[in-house]
Amino acid sequence: MTEQEIYADLSSKFGDKVIEFMEEGTLNPTVVVDAGAIAKIVTYLKDEERFQFDSLMNLAGHDADVETEFSVIYHLVSTELKHYITLKVFTSRDEPKVASIAEIHRTADWHEREAFDLYGINFEGHPDLKRILMEDDWEGYPLRKDYVPAEFYRGMRIEKVK
Amino acid sequence: MGALNHKFNENILITSLDKLLNWSRSGSEWYFQFGLACCAIEMMSAAAARHDLERFGAMPRSSPRQADVMIVAGTVTLKMATRVKRLYEQMAEPKYVISMGSCANSGGPYWQHGYHVLKGVDQIVPVDVYIPGCPPRPEALIEGLMHLQKKMREQPVLAKKED
Ligand code: SF4
Repeated sequence: MTEQEIYADLSSKFGDKVIEFMEEGTLNPTVVVDAGAIAKIVTYLKDEERFQFDSLMNLAGHDADVETEFSVIYHLVSTELKHYITLKVFTSRDEPKVASIAEIHRTADWHEREAFDLYGINFEGHPDLKRILMEDDWEGYPLRKDYVPAEFYRGMRIEKVK
Repeated sequence: MGALNHKFNENILITSLDKLLNWSRSGSEWYFQFGLACCAIEMMSAAAARHDLERFGAMPRSSPRQADVMIVAGTVTLKMATRVKRLYEQMAEPKYVISMGSCANSGGPYWQHGYHVLKGVDQIVPVDVYIPGCPPRPEALIEGLMHLQKKMREQPVLAKKED
């Protein structure tokens, strides 16, 4: 199935929860969907006979610019039917939250924790959302574009970049 | 040993206890085996057949209690730094630290934008030998160990410590 066909199918099923289809300027054709509906859409793509998206290859947080919203990108593959789809959701900078898909694809568990750790995106419904790379007492979310490194961490100096 | 020299049969050697201890210490630099990043690959290579660190009596130990030298081989993240310090504290005296590679020396490639990297392991433990390079070749590590041997030989172990 081509991405275009998958997009058409999703649009007719989920209506305005499926926002747009991006082909230009992205590496893979991408379907932008609503952040609250991502869990339903991923379940649908997994369970439907004609999609069988049984594997999540990657899940990544992204911050393009201090002005814009955060996004989360999902790369799904069907190992049975050998087709791919990329999904993307946007979420606000002030209160970033996205529905968790950790219960649907186990891969998402640690990936969502990573996105939470580095971007501070809250994955609602995640079974154990805590930092995965940084220490638990770390302050701030390092991969945000507006992140300013602290001067010290537990008494150890983090050199200031000029 | 001045006055006592040549006073005994040829198969009796005379030396000071310090020298004897230092000879044995420097000939058995047991190093603490843990790698933090890519530099550890060179450390492993130094220990393996081609460079064969064991000809200097240097052998990897998996416990800090049995190690004399800690080779900090790689990037010390702030998260790991607290563990490095604890492991150093668990080593028995006399203990030495070799800082291997740019990362352990100064933060290396993470000098800028390295929000998670300690800029030099000497901020948390005293370092005896610094080895430059990214990564240093096994020969460089061996030279570092030989410098440490020199240092060991010059240090009196039996004399009282002033502190
Ligand atoms: S100094 Fe270079 S080779 Fe060694 S750990 Fe750092 S980046 Fe890796």
